[in-house]
Amino acid sequence: MQTLREFTRKTKRGNILKIVREHYLRDDIGCGSDLCKYCFQNEVYQLTSKHEIASSLFKFPHYLVLDTNVVLDQIDVLEEDVLHNVIVLTTVLNEVKHKSSSIYKRFNEIIHDRTRNFYVFVNEHHKDTYADRDPGETANDRNDRAIRMATKWYDTHLETSQSSKEFERSGMANTRVVLLTDDAGNRAKAEAEGILVASASEYVKSLEDFPLLLDKLSHKTFDNEKQALPQYPAHLSMKQVLEGLRLKKLLQGSFQASRENYLEGSVNVETYEKGILIQGRECLNRAVDGDLVAVELLPESEWSAPSEIVLEEKNVYADDVPSEERTEEEKDMLKQVQQAAAAASAERTPTGRIVGIVRRKWRQYCGILQPSLIENTNRHIFVPADRKIPRIRIETRQAAKLQNQRIIVTIDTWPRNSRYPQGHFVRSLGPLGDMATENEVILLEHDVPHCKFSEEVLSFLPKLPWSITAEDYAKRVDLRELDICSVDPPGCTDIDDALHCRELPNGNFEVGVHIADVSHFIRPGNALDKEAAARGTTVYLVGKRIDMVPELLSSNLCSLVGGVERFAFSCVWEVDKEANVIDKRFHKSVIKSKRAMTYEEAQVLIDDATQQSEIAKSLRHLNRLAKILKKRRMDNGALVLASPEIRFQVDSETHEPLEVEAKQMRETNSMVEEFMLLANITVAEHIAAEFTECAVLRRHPKPPPTNFDPLVKAARYQGFQVDTETGLVLSHSLDKCVKEDNPYFNTMIRILTTRCMMQAVYFISGSLQKEEFFHYGLAAPIYTHFTSPIRRYSDIMVHRLLAASIGADSTYAQLLERKSNEELCHNLNYRHKMAQYAARASVGLNTHLFFRGKEEDEEGYVLFVRKNALQVLIPKYGLEGTLYLKTDKDGKDGVERTKSEVIFTFNEEDHTQRCGNVVFHSFDPVSVRLSLDSSNVQHEKLVFRLVKPYIKGFSVEPSTDADIPPTKKTKKDTKKKN
Amino acid sequence: MAGNFELLSEQGLRLDGRRPHELRHIKCKLGVFEQPDGSAYMEQGNTKVLAAVYGPHQAKGMKTETNDVIINCQYSQATFATAERKNRPRGDRKSLEFKMYLEQALSAAIKSELYPRSQIDIYVEVLQADGANYAVALNAATLALIDAGICLNEFIVACTASLSKSSIPLTDISHTEEVSGGPMLTVAALPNAQKIAFLEMSERFHIDHLETVIETAMAGCREIRDILEAAVREHLLHIGSAADWARVG
Repeated sequence: MQTLREFTRKTKRGNILKIVREHYLRDDIGCGSDLCKYCFQNEVYQLTSKHEIASSLFKFPHYLVLDTNVVLDQIDVLEEDVLHNVIVLTTVLNEVKHKSSSIYKRFNEIIHDRTRNFYVFVNEHHKDTYADRDPGETANDRNDRAIRMATKWYDTHLETSQSSKEFERSGMANTRVVLLTDDAGNRAKAEAEGILVASASEYVKSLEDFPLLLDKLSHKTFDNEKQALPQYPAHLSMKQVLEGLRLKKLLQGSFQASRENYLEGSVNVETYEKGILIQGRECLNRAVDGDLVAVELLPESEWSAPSEIVLEEKNVYADDVPSEERTEEEKDMLKQVQQAAAAASAERTPTGRIVGIVRRKWRQYCGILQPSLIENTNRHIFVPADRKIPRIRIETRQAAKLQNQRIIVTIDTWPRNSRYPQGHFVRSLGPLGDMATENEVILLEHDVPHCKFSEEVLSFLPKLPWSITAEDYAKRVDLRELDICSVDPPGCTDIDDALHCRELPNGNFEVGVHIADVSHFIRPGNALDKEAAARGTTVYLVGKRIDMVPELLSSNLCSLVGGVERFAFSCVWEVDKEANVIDKRFHKSVIKSKRAMTYEEAQVLIDDATQQSEIAKSLRHLNRLAKILKKRRMDNGALVLASPEIRFQVDSETHEPLEVEAKQMRETNSMVEEFMLLANITVAEHIAAEFTECAVLRRHPKPPPTNFDPLVKAARYQGFQVDTETGLVLSHSLDKCVKEDNPYFNTMIRILTTRCMMQAVYFISGSLQKEEFFHYGLAAPIYTHFTSPIRRYSDIMVHRLLAASIGADSTYAQLLERKSNEELCHNLNYRHKMAQYAARASVGLNTHLFFRGKEEDEEGYVLFVRKNALQVLIPKYGLEGTLYLKTDKDGKDGVERTKSEVIFTFNEEDHTQRCGNVVFHSFDPVSVRLSLDSSNVQHEKLVFRLVKPYIKGFSVEPSTDADIPPTKKTKKDTKKKN
Repeated sequence: MAGNFELLSEQGLRLDGRRPHELRHIKCKLGVFEQPDGSAYMEQGNTKVLAAVYGPHQAKGMKTETNDVIINCQYSQATFATAERKNRPRGDRKSLEFKMYLEQALSAAIKSELYPRSQIDIYVEVLQADGANYAVALNAATLALIDAGICLNEFIVACTASLSKSSIPLTDISHTEEVSGGPMLTVAALPNAQKIAFLEMSERFHIDHLETVIETAMAGCREIRDILEAAVREHLLHIGSAADWARVG
């Protein structure tokens, strides 16, 4: 079974080490074909004669061998369920893994799909296909040779199996093996060796049954393209980049495109706190958001400042050669900025230009196809939904069909002579403007796993009808008699926490927090658990919830609904009248919530003195204790932060937003919050003490002082001093930021503070020092998440740890392993961040929908003053938008006026905009008119126009006439009045 | 190199092409030197070890007080044994640790009641280190003791085992697997008696896995024992043939 021929392989690394490794070659690796009679086959045949594909190039049954470049470039073609009977060589697999982990992941998924008949052949360990590296041969050449060798071997191997008389009599055509490679050199060599070979595009074109597959082909060059002049400087080669980095001439960092200005971006480099500014198309040099790039710092005399200009790219057409005019315009902008920067040298930041790309971070992008001016052309421009991504040129034959659809496109290459990167169409998501499609876009853009739960996952759900057994009662503490109730937002179906409070004979109180016992249903290691861990969190979009666990659990068995017996994990304290914790205990329990209330109902119950039910009494006690807890927390330096949050009332049929309201904060919200915090902190202390190495905790790092710069600056303009030394000092100075005439001022300051904060993250107790466990926002030395296991996986982990520590459940290997827990935390942090962004994007989308065909005047506040615009916040909608002060000649917002009429002057010193006798400061109240600009169906946007303070020729007239329906016509009417 | 390597591919092969339960290729030879009383050379894959035994001889000095046999080991690693040259061939912490472990394991195998007030010196030199150094050193020492004609209860053999991320136990860990961050467990055992003389773990295993990993290492020990036994028999036939023993076999 085991041939012990020993081979050695020598590699060099670092300061030239010779590394010798054993390499065993085997004779027990099967070829995986059902034609073969010789091989030792240890699994089901993957290569079968069932799937035959009609190719005009190879008119006989054949298996495919893919070269690495085909897998890397044509993964979208491979993902289509067209190609079958593919031999995947480990040489190729390793190269793919090395070059791109994301493609490797996708490729692996194809391989695992048994219906696709992809067979992994371990050619590197097969005695006949192992290629030893010849002296002087590059690794690349050796791999190519190994691939050819394996292809050749397969071909002859199958030949011998098919040369028998028996086979000839069956009358089947001989199956051959075809190598697909996009490397011309490799193709030539293969042909010389007598191997059937084709390039990927030749082969795909020869598949007559699948003409649309051609769209998905990645193009390195577009056919019959006229060779335009290079528009970008060439990138340095990898070798030059590495050399430059080593000599510290170049700096490496990840590139972040600016959301506001398409000609600006920054590179985050470790040694520069704020990153290196990149301005202008040529300096950006084809970097796409997220790429790892090499930057060269410009001499200090050429340093510039962030432009503070909001610049959006205008529509261009596919065959449009960049006109002189536009280039001029760009230059203008640059010049302006540089002059401005020269004036205000204090603002200047390190500026650089990108000279090379270390690693591309291209992914798939959602967006829309821009209508082409020329009919029947295959070439189109794709506009990504994400503003940080440039437009992409693609080739498609189904443009008419895709015109009003959301589609996905990926980038293939960005040659020097092309203004935009070139890519190819991947798939369509659905019609534009359709709620389902738009949600799909949001989910995809934020990498939220949202497919249906698989059968395997569902198979681990408890069988219905589910009931509590006597055994369960025996294991758990029976709390069914207690007056437990839950308080949640209206319409909440995944209730994961409930509370109770009762007076003890000694005058103290017993307070209990009861959390849904999800870990009882989700057992470690099964498919359900793995799926939940991968999802990490439930994602809330407007009118839609993407569950972390199947609905049966989230809304039924785990949810602590009123009047039903449910399993809970209870954390019970004995506290005295001053809310000092005297004793605590944890146990699993059976509870029966007496009532599931909304915050409002609970508030009414507390306020109504005539209510003397047990629940009302216990709520009053809880409320009183919560206030003490909150005060104590504030005194410790916990921050009160604010972010504009809103709720949409959604039409149940059309899923379109009907009404918008800002989220209200009641006393009961804060009451529930306080006890959840207390539970989380208590549990965190417990598990950190029990599991010093592997407890899942949550920390919130103190932001670096520079993070506070925008806040301190903004407050200073208003004559307030904000101290950011410690949380306590900051909290005090925020309290002092009150303006009599502007009641919203304090909230806005807090909104700004929130933006200075770092992300709170999950971590493993063993990975950090105790001092670093600190949660800055809550001013708690230790914290974790325990209270929402239905919607967060971290809480499930904490439940398991807690259960193990009190002997309610057994441990398992993964739970106690630091490394796997660390990976898990990493994923959870990522999912959490993405879930937040997705929720925000969904709110934004619905705001758009809400304003469709509407026009409204709203009170708002200036958040920032920019050079050509004001950032305005509308508290009512939690909406932030840009009010352009200088308009382009084209009249982008549809209102024609000339520059001479109104002139705004920007004051660098105190960040104000002045026009006549009207001055805009940060935080000034303004009144703006909101409307949706639907002139471009593809890219709708909200337009802000000034109403108050009134500036003649700039502001729109306040709409006095209520009779005029708020449609687009109004806009013209008001204009005429002017 | 750290951490992220999967020790076992989805095709069921390890980094060097072995299947999970397979040992590395073993070669061994007894009686490689003339000067010592017993000697042996052992190769397990790329780990290569020489062992020499002196004794039993009279224990020196203070040590004669006790009635027991004194087992004295020395473990050293040649300066050229690893990719990076090492400056101290012996006397560093690792070597001293291994020396103690060797003494501990061997004292369980040697029939000490036969050698009162005597001393047995065992010198082990690792010529090339490529994982499981301690285990190979112990195996070589066993062969050298046999070559020296010292009575043993039975073969004492050592083997290592690890656990892949998919919780499949792996036998006989190579250096690459060691540094790739898998946990490692070393067992020295008396396979016939099913006794464990020595056990060491590089990190904690969960209780659920421990048993299967130990069992894997024990199975490796049994397999190595068979190979060593065959080598000893072969060796005896070889030297015996000069004395007309060949017909005995």
